[in-house]
Amino acid sequence: MTEYALRMGDGQRIFMTKEQILTDLQEGMADAADLGTIPDLSGDELDKLVDIITTSSRMVGVEPGMEVPVTHDISTIRIDGDQGNSGVGIPSSRLVGMMMHERAFGADTMELGHIDYSYKPVKPIISQEQQTMEVCQQNMIVPLLYGAMPNMGLYYTPDGPFPNPGDLMKSFKIKEAQEAMEGAAEHLTRDIVWIMQRMMASGADGINFDTIGAAGDGDMFASLHAIEQLRKEFPDIYIETGMAGELMLGLHGEMEYDGTVLAGLWPHEQAPLAAKAGSNVFGPVVNTNTSKSFAWNLGRAVTFIKEAVKASTIPCHVNMGMGVGGIPMLETPTIDAVSRASKAMVEIAGVDGI
Amino acid sequence: MGMPISHIMTSGMSGIRAAGDLVARMEFSKSMRIGEAKDYVSKKLGVSTMDLSDEYVMRELREELGLGVITSVAGVPKGIAAKMNIEKLLDIKINSCEMFRNKIA
Repeated sequence: MTEYALRMGDGQRIFMTKEQILTDLQEGMADAADLGTIPDLSGDELDKLVDIITTSSRMVGVEPGMEVPVTHDISTIRIDGDQGNSGVGIPSSRLVGMMMHERAFGADTMELGHIDYSYKPVKPIISQEQQTMEVCQQNMIVPLLYGAMPNMGLYYTPDGPFPNPGDLMKSFKIKEAQEAMEGAAEHLTRDIVWIMQRMMASGADGINFDTIGAAGDGDMFASLHAIEQLRKEFPDIYIETGMAGELMLGLHGEMEYDGTVLAGLWPHEQAPLAAKAGSNVFGPVVNTNTSKSFAWNLGRAVTFIKEAVKASTIPCHVNMGMGVGGIPMLETPTIDAVSRASKAMVEIAGVDGI
Repeated sequence: MGMPISHIMTSGMSGIRAAGDLVARMEFSKSMRIGEAKDYVSKKLGVSTMDLSDEYVMRELREELGLGVITSVAGVPKGIAAKMNIEKLLDIKINSCEMFRNKIA
């Protein structure tokens, strides 16, 4: 029986028959449908996924006319950064990195970010960031956002002013832990707005929230309120709302936005809140399971994202980095898997961008 | 680096090599979904939606309209100058252009 080369969720090459691939696609799809209480993919969509995975060429591509804008996070850290940010360590200025993306790689948008890549540490170096944004805007043509992670964890001891909720919860001090998260969220909203007021004064096109919810529902609460304030103050600002994971972790558990409890939201439930707050583009995430095959992960990811695209009133740019969107979880995701996942998200999930 | 480039090659609109930046601007400035954004930009450019990712069509058209080109051509609009032409073409305001205008006498 013919076997086809594909990947495990950790990137290792494996071989499966067409029947085994279809079974894994169906099981991944069923997992998403069950968790999110969302519809299965159709038989035709599953057949198309099988065709994409079993295509014999190393790389695949979307049908002509179906191309979508590809947005970028992590800024130029992938050029000059270290391994921790999957950087390739080429000494270069951020302007050079930006222009390489625009003029050498064909990027549709770009973002400026700093090496620490969280909003809080931008405060002491804000003038440097403003100056760099001004120089980049003078030289660049593609939309250029300012990007970083909300990373609410930086507001807890020993890095920040609030007691660590993890320590408090271990001592069963639940109320105190919730209060620490509420205080941190207020500071995070304030800091993001303060930073973006200055970046907008330096010509930024807008903001990219990279990995909202990494520190739980408080992280999302703070980000949505920052989005709301920024939209009110800057009606024309471009706002990209990118998530950290598929499920909003309820570390606080009772935080709400627009009457909706944030804990436990799946991508299709997060999208309407991002739009309501004032985002222009939503970046849904589905995590990769390294112990399952590429087929299982892709079936699951496409099922979740298709529903998020359907539920959203704004463009959806699915997160397709290492370990998300069906892509294997490793530092150098294999081109065969990346291009297959990319095509599947555009042609089956119907994303507006990547 | 291989991952973002793989996405661009598989699904991307090639940025200023074609018309990817213009479609992205409409998604971001007006929250247009991909179909609406492509329709809007193609009508403004007078081309088909398929042409928006066609380097053969867009290379000459971008230079003719002063929208910025991927190769380094002396004298053609770049940076802020190209973005000011994009503002006019797409009927939008771009923040950096507004800042630039506010700073000149």
